[in-house]
Amino acid sequence: MIQTMHMPKAGLEHLITILRRDGYRVLGPVARDGAVAFDELRTSSDLPIGMREAQEAGRYRLVPGIAGEIFGVVNGAGSLKPYFFAPDETLLEVRRERRGFKVSEVAPAPPPHAFLGVRACDLAALAIQDRIFLHDHFRDTHYEVRRKDAFFVAVNCTRSAPTCFCVSMKTGPEATAGFDLSLTELPDGFVARSGSPAGEAMIVKLGLSPAPGDQEAAARARIDECAAGMRRRLDTSDLPRLLYDEAENPRWREVASRCLSCANCTMVCPTCFCHTVVDQEELDGNMSRRVRQWDSCFSLDHAHIHGINFRPKISDRYRQWLTHKLASWIDQFGSSGCVGCGRCITWCPVGIDLTEEVAAIRADAGKR
Amino acid sequence: MKPRVAVFKFASCDGCQLQFLNAEDELLRLAGQVDFAYFPEARSRALEGPYDIAFVEGSVTTPADARRIIEVREESRYLITIGACATAGGIQALRNWADIEQYRRAVYPSPEFISTLSTSTPISEHVRVDFEIWGCPIDKYQLLAVTRSLLSGAQPVLPAHSVCIECKRRGNVCVVVARGEPCLGPVTRTGCGALCPSFNRGCYGCFGPANAHNMEAFARLLADQGVTGDEAMRRLRGINGYVRPWRETADALAEKK
Repeated sequence: MIQTMHMPKAGLEHLITILRRDGYRVLGPVARDGAVAFDELRTSSDLPIGMREAQEAGRYRLVPGIAGEIFGVVNGAGSLKPYFFAPDETLLEVRRERRGFKVSEVAPAPPPHAFLGVRACDLAALAIQDRIFLHDHFRDTHYEVRRKDAFFVAVNCTRSAPTCFCVSMKTGPEATAGFDLSLTELPDGFVARSGSPAGEAMIVKLGLSPAPGDQEAAARARIDECAAGMRRRLDTSDLPRLLYDEAENPRWREVASRCLSCANCTMVCPTCFCHTVVDQEELDGNMSRRVRQWDSCFSLDHAHIHGINFRPKISDRYRQWLTHKLASWIDQFGSSGCVGCGRCITWCPVGIDLTEEVAAIRADAGKR
Repeated sequence: MKPRVAVFKFASCDGCQLQFLNAEDELLRLAGQVDFAYFPEARSRALEGPYDIAFVEGSVTTPADARRIIEVREESRYLITIGACATAGGIQALRNWADIEQYRRAVYPSPEFISTLSTSTPISEHVRVDFEIWGCPIDKYQLLAVTRSLLSGAQPVLPAHSVCIECKRRGNVCVVVARGEPCLGPVTRTGCGALCPSFNRGCYGCFGPANAHNMEAFARLLADQGVTGDEAMRRLRGINGYVRPWRETADALAEKK
C-alpha cells in the first residue's frame, strides 16, 4: 500500500532545488508566447501560477485563473515527445577515407531530465513511444539514452479542457503509472504519492509527513469530479473494425476539404513518430551527416516511393493518419495510438476534431 | 577540371546571388570546388560558356531578357533558378495585374526610352529549368546543398512540405492558434527555418507554395480570422503572388469582394 503524503505548496521549491542539486535539468510548464510549454524551471515562480487556459478546436488562450493555483493550466502546446524523440538529430557521420569510408554513430550525452507537472495523458503517450522505440531488439539508442535517467513528477488533473477526452481513452485524469512522484493539488498544498524507489527516496529527502485522511479524500473527489465533468468523448467500441470497414466512407473526402494538410496535428501528437532521414553532405564531399527529422504522414513526400506517390490526396492522408492512430496502431503495438490529450484538436489551425470525425463515420455506418 | 559555374541576373534585387557571398565560412571551400567562370557580382573576370551549372536570379521583364535567357539555357548543362523572382516572377509580377503603359508614363520622365514587357514571368515560362530553389531570399544552406548534390552527380532534393513542420520542430507556439495571427505557414514551403513565426509573426510566404496545400480551406481560415477580400488577396499576391495556386486563390478572393 503506497502511503499518501502531504506536501505544502512551498515544497515545490524544495523539490526543484533538490532535483537541480541532484544534477537534473528540471523542466515544467512555463508560459511563453501565449501558451504553456515545457521549458527549464529554475524556481517554482517560473510556473504559470494563477493562470488557466481556454482551449477549443483551433484556439488556445492563456486566461487568468485562481490566485495561488499552480497547476491550473491543463496542457500546453508541446508534449514530452521532443525530449526523447528529438525533432532533428544527427544519427551517424560518414567520413571518406583513403580507401572507402568510415561510419561513426553520434551518441547523445544529455544531462538527466526531470519533468515537473506531467499529466496522465502525456505519461501514457510516453509508454506508447517506449513500445515503438524500445521494442525488443529494435532499440533506438538515441531515445533510450534520454529515457533511462528521466525523473517524472506527475500532476493529476483536477480540471479538464473542453478538448480533453482521456476518460474515453482510459489514460487519465489520474496518473497511474510511469511516474516517480505524483501530486494532486489542493487549495492548501498537495497530496503526494511515490511511484518508484526514486520517488520514495525523494519523499524522504523532502521530509514529507503522511496526508491527513480528509486531504486524501479531497484529492480523490477532485480527480473524480474532473473525470465526471469531461464532456468530449470518443466511442472506442469496435473502432478498428469500423474504420477498416468505412475506408471508402465519403466523410474522408469531406474532412479533406477542410484539412490544410499542414501536419500540425501530427507534430503536436505525443505519440506520432513518423520521421524522415536525410543525408547532409559537407561541401567538400568528404563528410556526410545522416540526420533524422520529424516528418508526417500529411506531408506529400512521406508517401513518395520510387516513381509513385501512394497517398496523393489529402483524403488519403487524413484517412491514413486517423486509421493508423485509432485502428492499425492496435494491431501493430497492442494499444491505441491516441491518449485523448486533445492537442490535435486545439492546435489544428482550422479546428478539425477527430472525435467528431469518428462520430460522423460511425453515425453514417449505422445508417446502412 | 573543376565544374564551371555561372551566376546570371535578370530582374531582381541581387539578394539571392548575394547568398553565395554570405556563405562566408563555406565560400572558400566552395571556390575550391567550382570555377566561377561568370559571376559579375563577385568578380570582374567574365568567361564565355558553356557552363556546367548556371544559377539564374530574377524574372523576365524585358524583350532583351526574354532573348538572353534562351542563350543562357543553350550554353548551360544545368539551369537552376534561385529565388522568388526567377522561380515565381517575384514582387514585380504585380505588374501582371496592372497597366504597364500607365506605369511607364507615371514613373519615367522619358518613357520612350523604356523597353519593357507587360509581364514579369518566371524563368520556367521561357526555358526548361532543371531545379528551382525557392525563397526571398534563398537560404544559403539550401544553395550549398543543391550545389553539393550536383557536384556529386546526385539529384538535388529540398523539402517541399509546409513551414508548420519546421515551426513545430523548433518548438514554436502556433501564432494562428494562440494569437489569431494570419499566417501563410500552413500553405508555404519550408526552407526559412520558420523565421517569422519564431519571432511571433505570421509567415509571409517567402518560399512559395508547399507541395501539399489546400488553398480553399486556407482562404476560409483567413476569412474566419477576419481577413477577407482585397486584404486576403494581398496576403497571397506578394513576393510569390504569380505562382499558380496562390494566383488563382488571390484572383478568386479579389473577384469575390
